[in-house]
Amino acid sequence: MPVDFGKEVDYVAHLARLSLEPEEKECLAGQLSEILETARRIQELDTAGVEPTSHVTELPAVLRDDSVRPSLPLNRALQNVPQREKSFVKVPRITASELEQD
Amino acid sequence: MQYEVVIGLEIHVELMTASKLFCGCSTTFGGEPNSNCCPVCLGLPGSLPVFNRRAVELAVTAALALNSEVQLRSRFDRKNYFYPDLPKAYQISQYDQPLGRGGYLEVELTGGKRRVNLERVHLEEEAGKLVHAGDSIIGAGHSMADYNRAGIPLLEIVTAPELHSGQEARTFLEDLRSLLLYSGASDCKMEEGSLRCDANISLRPEGSSKLGTRAEVKNMNSFRSVELALDYEVRRQEQVLSEGGTVVQETCHWDEAKKQTITLRGKEGSSDYRYFPEPDLLPLVLEKTFVENLAHQLPELPATRRERLQEQYGLEKEEALLLTSNRELGDFFEAAAKQYPGYRHLANWIQGDLLYQLRESGKRLNEIEPGLLVDLLLRLDEGRINRPVAKELLAEMVQSGIDPKEAIKERGLEQITGRDNLLPVIEEVIANNPEAVDNYRQGKKKALAFLVGRVMAATEGRADPAELNRLLQEKI
Repeated sequence: MPVDFGKEVDYVAHLARLSLEPEEKECLAGQLSEILETARRIQELDTAGVEPTSHVTELPAVLRDDSVRPSLPLNRALQNVPQREKSFVKVPRITASELEQD
Repeated sequence: MQYEVVIGLEIHVELMTASKLFCGCSTTFGGEPNSNCCPVCLGLPGSLPVFNRRAVELAVTAALALNSEVQLRSRFDRKNYFYPDLPKAYQISQYDQPLGRGGYLEVELTGGKRRVNLERVHLEEEAGKLVHAGDSIIGAGHSMADYNRAGIPLLEIVTAPELHSGQEARTFLEDLRSLLLYSGASDCKMEEGSLRCDANISLRPEGSSKLGTRAEVKNMNSFRSVELALDYEVRRQEQVLSEGGTVVQETCHWDEAKKQTITLRGKEGSSDYRYFPEPDLLPLVLEKTFVENLAHQLPELPATRRERLQEQYGLEKEEALLLTSNRELGDFFEAAAKQYPGYRHLANWIQGDLLYQLRESGKRLNEIEPGLLVDLLLRLDEGRINRPVAKELLAEMVQSGIDPKEAIKERGLEQITGRDNLLPVIEEVIANNPEAVDNYRQGKKKALAFLVGRVMAATEGRADPAELNRLLQEKI
């Protein structure tokens, strides 16, 4: 049964503030549909007794010592920034509807 | 209709590490914007995060202090959102496998001690700081981002919805702050943003068990503003409900200047954050001994100490509460109490004159030697100096670090007592102030205070006040 994934594509694109052309949307809707179909098929497998994994290795994370290392020089840190104001990165207006949280 | 207020808090505290959570950049507050940044905290391609051991230790320590169940295995996830406070466009946080599950804090609330449960305690990275051009966050022309703060280790503590007023929320926060200070996990400076609090608040008809629609309140920058903002929000929601309306789920911003909350936007659901396991970080796996060692190193926590101070030194609850408000103050009291048996007297001098002088002079408690205060109080008790001189010496002791013992000797500050020593001065004052003496004899009681003042002046404030009063009245 074919499902239209256009709405999902619109929604996810909005969350990431991406603007897509109609052809792109159509293409992505098709891809999304295939991806979800694959996920659906995987979900059919019997996984009773199998621990969920999020990483392919069984290794634990490495911890480092709490020592300060030099940061980038300011001009290097900001060299690819589209807009600067003094030492700040200048970013577009944040409207009330776009206000996010930490 | 009577409503019950239901509040849950979400608290963020920066952990006291030298370097950031995933890179070696300094965590120093202030400084040139964007000067403490590197490829990792700027989210440049090809960089990889590596855990800071100290941050993990402090997070575990705080979780243990909060009675949270520390998980030997926990996982980090990406929380994706569109906002320029993190350059990566996601925050490395914890979602369904937090470091600490549950937990609680015993708090003295109206109606006695109550256990406030926690949902979770987890570790995440701090976001950068945005400075908004214009008056407020709403209507800002543009914003300026400083990523020095981005990547500082941040602990998130989420309470169950178990607080019932702005006052309770404030008390809880004050206790939480004191606990975190004791554990050494954070310096909890609200003014520098190293402790922040958001609140979820809803109302429901008294007796109902179903939670009402909640609003999330942000931007409360002091304990006082938490209380004010929540009280405001209670009144606002009460009004909406009593007029037959419904509360809309939303995020609002506390406007400190206008003393009101402002709606920012409809709240996004957690699925909008598209959490998924952070592929750049393996799960955090802790050895049992690692956690046990940290548990052993936990200092005595404020609630326990409060009770012990009351028992061991016979202090009142209020006195113990004040002395445990920070660890240094309690340490100072106990160090002094080893050499001085008048515990309540000691507690009074500490919470009165000593704290006052510290505030006035901007000096820190650890610059003061407890033994010096003891010397001073012993001399006061022995009657060798009087109270005003003791107060004056304490002030000097805090401000310029004098040794009161030496000062008493060198400056001859010992109290003048005894009939033989005081009478000559008193007689002279009587002889020189016939008018005041007459006034007193005609019933003007104030004249006595004037004469006492003259004697004090003549003795450079060293006369024993009680004896002076008695002798003066006897003579006139």
